[in-house]
Formats: sequence, structure tokens, C-alpha cells
Amino acid sequence: MVPITTLHYLVVAAALFVLGAIGVLTRRNVVIVLMSIELILNAVNLNLVAFSRMWGNLHGQIFAIFIVVDAAAEAAAGLGILIAFFRNKETVNIDEIDLLKW
Amino acid sequence: MFLNHIYLIPLFPAFGAVIMFFFGRRLQKATVNAVCVGAVVVAFLFACFTVVEYTHFAHGTGHPFEKILYTWLGSGDGHLNFVKRDGTTASFNADAGFLLDPLSSIWLLFVTGVGMLIHIYSTGYMAHEGGYYRFFGYLNLFMFAMLTLILANNYMMLFVGWEGVGLCSYLLIGFYFHRNSASTAANKAFIVNRIGDAGFILGALTLAWYLGSFRFTDINVQARGGHFAIGDPVLTAAALLLFIGACGKSAQIPLYIWLPDAMEGPTPVSALIHAATMVTAGVYMVARSNAVFVLAPTAMKTVAIVGALTAVFAASIGLVQNDIKRVLAYSTVSQLGYMFLALGVGAFAAGVFHVFTHAFFKALLFLGSGSVIHAMSGEQDMRNMGDLRRRIPTTHWTMLVATLAIAGIFPFAGFFSKDEILWQTWASEGGAYRILWFVGYGTALMTAFYMFRLMYLTFYSPSRMSHEAEHHVHESPKSMTVPLVILALCSIGAGWLSWPHSLGGSAHFEKFLEPVFAREAVVLVEEGKSAQLAAGEKEAEHTDKTEYALMFLSLAAAGVGWGMARHSYARAAKGYKEPIAVDAPPLYKLLYNKWFVDEGYDYVFTGRRKVGKVRLGVMGAGEASSWFDAKVIDGAVNDVGWVTKAIATISTWWDKWIIDGVGVNGPAILARMISYPARLFEWGLVQWYALVMVAGLLGFGVYYVWK
Repeated sequence: MVPITTLHYLVVAAALFVLGAIGVLTRRNVVIVLMSIELILNAVNLNLVAFSRMWGNLHGQIFAIFIVVDAAAEAAAGLGILIAFFRNKETVNIDEIDLLKW
Repeated sequence: MFLNHIYLIPLFPAFGAVIMFFFGRRLQKATVNAVCVGAVVVAFLFACFTVVEYTHFAHGTGHPFEKILYTWLGSGDGHLNFVKRDGTTASFNADAGFLLDPLSSIWLLFVTGVGMLIHIYSTGYMAHEGGYYRFFGYLNLFMFAMLTLILANNYMMLFVGWEGVGLCSYLLIGFYFHRNSASTAANKAFIVNRIGDAGFILGALTLAWYLGSFRFTDINVQARGGHFAIGDPVLTAAALLLFIGACGKSAQIPLYIWLPDAMEGPTPVSALIHAATMVTAGVYMVARSNAVFVLAPTAMKTVAIVGALTAVFAASIGLVQNDIKRVLAYSTVSQLGYMFLALGVGAFAAGVFHVFTHAFFKALLFLGSGSVIHAMSGEQDMRNMGDLRRRIPTTHWTMLVATLAIAGIFPFAGFFSKDEILWQTWASEGGAYRILWFVGYGTALMTAFYMFRLMYLTFYSPSRMSHEAEHHVHESPKSMTVPLVILALCSIGAGWLSWPHSLGGSAHFEKFLEPVFAREAVVLVEEGKSAQLAAGEKEAEHTDKTEYALMFLSLAAAGVGWGMARHSYARAAKGYKEPIAVDAPPLYKLLYNKWFVDEGYDYVFTGRRKVGKVRLGVMGAGEASSWFDAKVIDGAVNDVGWVTKAIATISTWWDKWIIDGVGVNGPAILARMISYPARLFEWGLVQWYALVMVAGLLGFGVYYVWK
């Protein structure tokens, strides 16, 4: 049985990150995009926790908890904006959300 | 006391008219009678007392009485001044003023008197008609206007009355407004009169400009002052313009055409307005302006010639008409022609005297014809009458009196007045007018013929009535026959007022009028061309043998006319032939169609005739010049406009494409083109931004790993 080293964690986290980045870049539905951002954040969390374990202290874990809270706040704010937006435009397609370019 | 309140005379009927206007619809017929007929009766009595008082006032001098109520038009304060021909300034002044002199006294008496009788007659004649109060309101309004006309002391006031009677004439001709012919006839009368009115107002303004006043007394003083040569061109023009007005109102050639059509109105209207009173307004106005006319011999000649021509022309048409009222209408035109003939040869008093007698017998003829029509249940065609003598006896004998009067049989009224006119025509201007005497004499013959033709066809010849009409024939009520009888007595006696010297009389009527015209007689004598000689010479001439000869000749003419009518129509049975139609069909056609004057006017004036699409006459000329204006003048204008427009188009193109395109929009386009690449980075797709960011991160990553 191969022991689970930090490298393993990093590989999983990198995979998660790449999945999330692909999701953010390719999906049109804002809800999916927000979920993909969660994936990226969780990939980072996993890294922090992995390095925390490697170094044998709790700094990284505390960071991770902060990030989880931050993610919750971000999801709340993001979904709130999305619902307000949907009421006006009746769409959640990210390609059509382009008013700010002007 | 009456004289000082002379202005009340027109106001009595005006009051009646106002009452009818506001409350007439709700009033009973008896109330309408009381108000309207009462107003005219009061006006008549008031007029009688006024004239009596005036004769005391004037004391045989004929001095005019003037009552000025207030300044009606203009003022002395310089607001309405005009520059007279001599450069001085006169103020445009017309008073609400009233003038009574022998001339207006005569008109005042017969207008109110005949008017009163016709009002009474109308209560019977109109009893079964709708619009009873409307009729009497109009009649009262007419009386007001007519009295204003004859009592006015200046041309502007006279013009008010002049227009007022024209309006009432229009309203009453069109009284049966649901009948198309009536409304057309009313329009015709109004429009033709308007042509005359234009002449009248121009003439009055010319006089005011030249003599400095509208007032008759001022004008007379000026004209008689010896400042003007006989034949003064401006006075001649003014007199001719005034005569145009008289032609319109008094139905002279060429404006007589409205009067025969005016018979569309109810018969009392024809009697009052279109026979006795209104149509004599032109004669009145010319007689009133006599001081001006005598200074304009050309105008006098025109008046005489037009009068004589109208007399014979209208009489010739009257010979063959079948409508009883139309015969009388042409007779009226013809008699008015006599009056103007008299005025034109300088025999003003004779003309006025004929107006006076004519008022009675012509009113009587019209009222009698109304009574006939009433008896015949509305039939006006003499071809369907006959043998009415015994069925409507009062109407018959009163009309017989009137016929004898108009035909000039001694001693009925018409004999004296007509004979005086013919004699004066013969004698005046040293015989220069003798040709007109022949015209007048021929007219007298025709008058006798057509009047007795009317009598025979209506009263004596065998009955040609339909059975139904025959069944209904009845004598008119007392309200109609009593005025007839009174007028018949006047038609007999009115002439005696001027029993000529040659027959042992003293010509009271002419004496009474002398002050109004006397100065003219003097002027004419000085020029050596008048029959109106100073009193002594006049009598000498009147006892001339010629006068007896002429008198006999006119009686003979009347007798011949009578005999010819009797021969032709005494036995006219159903389907009778007109002798003229048998002997000279083209002449008959010409006369029956009134010399085709209306048709001629259609060709020349009204524009109803077209050749193809081209209108004829004056209207055609108007259309032609309208075409010229639209096609040639406007065409040139449009061509110039087209050139301007073309230049403007080029200029617009230059501005749009060169100035705006190169100068203004060019830099803008350039800026936009430069901005395109920049815009690529900001095209709004969030994921694109994210991709760039990821690519950048990757780029940095790769850079640091391989460095």
C-alpha cells in the first residue's frame, strides 16, 4: 500500500482546479459557472489542508475554513445578483450578460 | 309737434318687426294683425298729420324741414376727414337726420297709405299660409326701411334704407323658400340689385368728394351755386353712377331682369314692393339728386333714353305673357321706364306724378290679380281662366278701373300722369326728344293692348277653367276687397290732383313740387333747352294746340289698344291662338322668350354656357385668365423655382458628401476604425476575460518553469 503523500493531494487538487477552470471557461449557465468556481476554491482548500498536514500545524486549516466561509458569502451574493438579473432579463446565459462592457 | 318727431314714423313698423322677430312664433294671428297692421296704420296717420303740419311750416315755400337726431357717421374732430378735390379737408359726416320736403311728403303719404292697405289685404290673402308672423315681420321691416329711405336727409342714410328694402325684397321674394324657383329668384334679385348698389355708393362718394357733403341740402346749395359748368365731367360721372343704382332698384335696362322673376313672392309683396313702393326708390333718388342731374346733360339723356327703351321693351314682352302676374311685372318695368323718361327730359314733377298715380293703380292691379289667384285656388295662367266677371264682381270692377287708369283713359289717374310725360317729352329741349315721344307713344298703345288682353282673358272671354277650379271660385273676403275698393277710388281720383292747365285745372301737384325742382327749371331755361319753363311761359305752352292734339292721340292709342285686345281675345275659347303667334311666329317666339335676354346674359355674364369645355362670356374670360395665370405666370414662377431647387440640390449634395463626409465624418470614421482592435479586448464575454486570464497565468507559469 503506497502511503498517501502530499503529492497525491496536490495531484487531486490540481485535477479539481483544472475541472473547475474548464467549467468556468466553457459553461454558459451562470449557476454552473458559480459551481465551478466552488470547485476551484475547494481545490485550493485541499492544497491548504494538504500543506497544513505536511507542516504539522493548523495555519493552513484555518485558512481553509476562512475560504469556506468566504465561498458561502460569495455564493450568497452571486446567486442574489443572479436572481435580480434573471428578473430583468429572464436569462442566466452568461453570454448575454454583457451590459457592463459599455 | 308731429314734425319734430318725424323720426317716429319709420320706428312704428320697426317696432312691429322687432316684436315679430322675437315673439312672433308664439303669437296668435289676431295679435300679429294688431301689432303689424296697427303699426302701419299708426305710421300712416302720423305721416298724414306730419305732412299737414309741414304744409303749415313751409307755408307754400316748399322750404325743406330737417330734423337731425345725432351724428351717425364721422365727426368734426378730424378722425374721418377726407381731402376734397380742391385740396381742402372736409369731414366725413352723415347724420341720423330726417328731411321732409314736398318730394318726400308725397312718397311718405303714398308709401304709408298703400302700405297700410296692402297690410290689411294681406291679413286676408295670407290667412291660410304658413309663416304668417314671418310675412308680417318682413313687411313691417320693409316699411321701416322704405320710410328710412324716403325720409333720409343724406345719401348714407338713404343707402341704409336702400339696402334695407333690398334685403326685405330678397326675404319676401324667397318667402316660399322651399320652392327652388323662389329661392333662385330671390338670389337673382339680390345679386342684380347689388350691381346697381355698387354704382349708387360710388356715385354718392363721388358727390361727397366733389361737393364735400352727403347731405341733400348741402349738395343742392353747392350744385345750384353756379360753381359748376353744365356738363361738368365729375358731376356727369356721379350722376351716371347714381343712375346705375337707380337702374338696379327700379328695374331699368340692363338690370331689369330681376323684377319679372320677383313675382315668385306672395302677391301682396309684388304689389307693395315690386310695383308701388320699392321699385320707385330709383325714381325718388334721381329726383332727389335733380340738382346734380341737371348739371349733367349727358346723364339726363342717358336716363331718358334708357327709360324710353325700357318702357317699350318691357311692354313688348308683356304683350304675350300668359302668367297674370308676369304681365303685370313687365307692365311695372314699362311704367318705370316712363318715369325715367320723364326725369330724363327734365320733367321731374311729371315723373313723380306718374310714380304717385302708378302706385295706386299698379298696387290695385296686383292686389286684384292676387284676388283672382285666390279665387282660382292658386292658378296664375290666364289660359286657364275666363268669365270671372260675374263670379268675383268686386275684383272685376276694381281691376277694370285700374286697367282704364293704366291704359290712360280719361279721366282716370293714368291719363293725367302719362299724358303729362308724353307732352313734356314732345316739348322738351326744343323737340330733341321727339323720337322718344314716338317710343313712349308706341308703349302707350302696347300698354292698353296687354292690359285689356289681361282683362279679356281673365274676366270676359268664355271660361277655360278646369271643373274643379270652377267649382271653388269665390269672391275674396272683406279684408281683401275693401283695400281694392279704396285703391280703385284713388286710381280714379289721384290724377285730378294735377288737372292740367290746358283742361282748365290748376296742376296742384306740380305746384306743390315746384320748390324742389324750380331751380332746375331755371337752369334748364337758361340753357335754352327745357319744357319746364318758368311759370308764365309754361302756361302759354300748355295751351298750345299741340298739347290737345297729343292728348287726343294718346286717347286714340288707348282706344286702339283696347279695340285690338277686344277683337283678339273677347271670344278666346279653350285652346285659342295668340294672333301674334299666328301672324308672325318668329316675333311671337322672340317676345314670348323675353327677347332671350336671360339666355344672352347666360352667354355673357353668368357663365352657364359652354362651347366644349370652354366657358363663354365674362366668366369665361375669368377662367381664361385664371388658366393663363396658372399655366403661364405660375409656370414661369415654377421654372424659376425649379432652377433654384436644382442649385439647392447640388449644394445639398456638396454639403452632405464633401463637407460633412470628408471634413466632419472622415475623422470620426478614422477614430472608429482605430477603436475596433481596442474594442476586441472588451467585448463583454466574461468567460473570454477569464480565458485570457487563465492563458496569462499559464504563460507566466510556463515562463517561470522554463526560465
